[in-house]
Amino acid sequence: MSTPVERLEAWFREAAPAVSFCSLRYVSERSEHVSVRRGVVEPIASGDDAGIMITVADGGGLGYAGTCDLSRAGLQRALERARDWARRTEKCAVTDFAAATLREVRQGEYRTPVALPWDSMSLPDKIGLLREQSERLHADPRIVDWDASLWHTETETLYLTADGTRVHQVLSHIVPGLGCTANDRSETASRTFGGRGFCRQGGLEVLEQTGFSEAAPVLAQEVLELLAAPNCPTDTMDLLLAPDQLILQIHESIGHPLELDRILGDERNYAGTSFVTPDMFGRYRYGSDLLNVTYDPSDPGQFASYGFDDEGLAARREHIIKDGILMRGLGGHLSQQRTGLSGVANSRATSWNRPPIDRMANLNLEPGDATFDGMVRSIEHGVFMQTNCSWSIDDSRNKFQFGCERGTLIRDGELCEVVKKPNYRGISATFWRNLTHVGRPETREVLGTPFCGKGEPNQVIRVGHAAPACVFAGVQVFGGEA
Amino acid sequence: MHDYFYELADFAETLLKAREVLLLGFFGEESSFVRFNRSAVRQAGAVEQRQLALHLVGEGRRVTTHLTASGDAALDRERVRKALDGARERLGVVPEDPYLHYATEVRSTESVRANRLPEDEGQVVDAIVKAGEGRDLVGIYMAGGIHRGFANSLGQRNWFSTYSHHFDWSFHLDGDKAVKCAYAGFVWNPAEFEEKMARAKAELEALRRSPRTLEPGRYRVYLAPQALEEVVGLLRWGGFGLGARHTRRTPLLRMVTDGAVLDPSVRMVEDTRGGLSAGFDEAGFVKPDQVTLIDGGRLGDPLVSARAAKEYDVPANGASRRESPESLVMAGGTIPGQDVLAALGTGIFINNLWYLNYSDRDACRMTGMTRFAAFWVENGELQAPVNVMRFDETLYRMLGENLVGLTREVELLPDVNTYGGRSTRSLRLPGAVVDEFVLTL
Repeated sequence: MSTPVERLEAWFREAAPAVSFCSLRYVSERSEHVSVRRGVVEPIASGDDAGIMITVADGGGLGYAGTCDLSRAGLQRALERARDWARRTEKCAVTDFAAATLREVRQGEYRTPVALPWDSMSLPDKIGLLREQSERLHADPRIVDWDASLWHTETETLYLTADGTRVHQVLSHIVPGLGCTANDRSETASRTFGGRGFCRQGGLEVLEQTGFSEAAPVLAQEVLELLAAPNCPTDTMDLLLAPDQLILQIHESIGHPLELDRILGDERNYAGTSFVTPDMFGRYRYGSDLLNVTYDPSDPGQFASYGFDDEGLAARREHIIKDGILMRGLGGHLSQQRTGLSGVANSRATSWNRPPIDRMANLNLEPGDATFDGMVRSIEHGVFMQTNCSWSIDDSRNKFQFGCERGTLIRDGELCEVVKKPNYRGISATFWRNLTHVGRPETREVLGTPFCGKGEPNQVIRVGHAAPACVFAGVQVFGGEA
Repeated sequence: MHDYFYELADFAETLLKAREVLLLGFFGEESSFVRFNRSAVRQAGAVEQRQLALHLVGEGRRVTTHLTASGDAALDRERVRKALDGARERLGVVPEDPYLHYATEVRSTESVRANRLPEDEGQVVDAIVKAGEGRDLVGIYMAGGIHRGFANSLGQRNWFSTYSHHFDWSFHLDGDKAVKCAYAGFVWNPAEFEEKMARAKAELEALRRSPRTLEPGRYRVYLAPQALEEVVGLLRWGGFGLGARHTRRTPLLRMVTDGAVLDPSVRMVEDTRGGLSAGFDEAGFVKPDQVTLIDGGRLGDPLVSARAAKEYDVPANGASRRESPESLVMAGGTIPGQDVLAALGTGIFINNLWYLNYSDRDACRMTGMTRFAAFWVENGELQAPVNVMRFDETLYRMLGENLVGLTREVELLPDVNTYGGRSTRSLRLPGAVVDEFVLTL
């Protein structure tokens, strides 16, 4: 008996119409979420989702049809709908899609390496592990809310084109979560495990890699410390950012502005435009000489690693910013054709029900040669900020403001008292040029988020970011309300 | 989809064992999405999806399975059978759930809006492209049916179907200067569409003046309903739920603990009766017509999910798990719409805000950006567009001590959100004139 994937492939090969281009993308996602909140096991939630997206380019137009009807008739209807939309829009398309679509035939297979499969631990054992962490988080009656969770997703995709491309990928994602909130009258403080950013590919070995089992007591202690801490002062000072804040800074002020579809204007009605223009590539100084940023799908444990993007383009590591100079954009084959610029394999869709667009995937800041202690010693007047909790940036991705869970003041090269509600603001174009120290590999963390939003219709997608700790000079810093 | 879902629910019930209860939720849509850039089509297509949320309850325990339904009855029956088998297996190993709570009083409801959308969507696309000729139009047209259902093995059946269109677009000049518009409804009326287009084109002309860059400082501003939508939209995340009040994570914490208040004219109501969303929740509770969230500037009743109701021992009022409003209405004030510029006097007319987040959650202080069209106004006259600015301001100043007044008219703002599926949420909001509004960057 054939599998659903085999049946779909056979039907597609028979039914693909005689058009300029036709593809099928099958996505099946199985997930399980186990969570303990305030000591109580939440209802265990599992998911089993599957569907296909057909894309047709014909006469210059492009149409798609997503359906969860995986019968032969459902596939046939989707083919017809996609072809109808291609024909309806052939005279008013933004580009000649038949000419711009990736035509190179690919054959490929990619699978996340998994050492400890999700099912190697029983559900009662997972619940037991989370209960244990939950108890350790509730270290004091002032801690009024606390949770421990594990979220696993296995995603299987098959990408076929009528020309003969066949790419099959199976990705395994793990998201461990810990958080605690303490309150004293009108003051509330929260600490989370890496801003809930310890997202990785792999199996349960991720728990050991990320130090999941050791984190709860530290978070509990730190949240109580924050509750009694003074407000972060308002001043211009040097800023030492931990990786679990720096990843948001990279995401918002490097990743999004370099997406080629934003530069093309596709996102101007929703996610926004970019301060970056096509003429900047190859010559624009994005940051200091210390700034090196890569698109890197090759670390199998990072959250958004893969062998091929959702239009079949093979993924490989590329420098996006080298020694501070902007080298290439974040755009898939279609955006590269539309702009004439170099890009990467990052045309991706959130699932079968959305068409691919440019997403940043794994975008990493490469380590430098500074030790953590050395960076602290270099700061006369500054603050060390950890763990993002607030982010906001303008639609050109220039004027930003971020808030962190925890700050520690630095005076004369020494870490001093903890401060609450640390925030900072700046402008992308000048902020990265004030990068003065980049941490060594031992200060680097591999993180990510499952929730990057963009696109019309909206798509939320997984992205990975790895970064060392870094120092920025002369930043506007401030705290909460008096 | 109505009959299909009910038949599938009937079938699922036959698979239950003694003392098991089934709660079955449904979301379905058949949507067209056409995306535009530079007055041409960027992406066009259709999505058909059906999602089931199957909750199996037994012996004080509950497990949940989300699964896609294909629409093929035989295939979906097999999927439901398999999902129930898996759920039953897990039910045997999970502990009892002290907060298990679902509707046991059978209250079946049906709300079905007839499909009056155009059959030939190609004509709509042609009309949009034509309207954008010679200009830079960016946006998305979406249309089709949205369906929600609930069934339980106690005999309750609820159904909600609506067919709507939402064209959300902006006309752009150079850089980030743009006019943002929307045309949403249940019938595509070419005359209404043309009128909205004509108004947008006229507003675009005002943006051609040389822009002004403001220094950080305190300014008198008018926040149009679309700008206030971002403020209230941020509050929707944790601002009105019972759970957030008890865990002290609510951004309205100072209203809970210190008796902080907003201006007495501020009144917010979750108005399910007047909204566009389904009137039942995922546990089978039918929502009350209205829940008063803020009244006379003071904190009112919270939204209570089934689970929080059990945890904190109060009645549920049909709120979703996130306890977020679906159909929030803010009462209008006394400023007639045509007098807004005069009421503003000298300051900034802000049509849109963007990317809000808390800079001090306890104090409900939020930061964000102006976006699209904001204008400098002097003595009630539009002077020039204003370059984007960052603000950082508390709700207590914005809608409290510094609130000059609210517009008499209240605008319906259907949610354009399509994460996962098309939203049926909506807000009805006035505009607000605010003094001493803090711009920081």
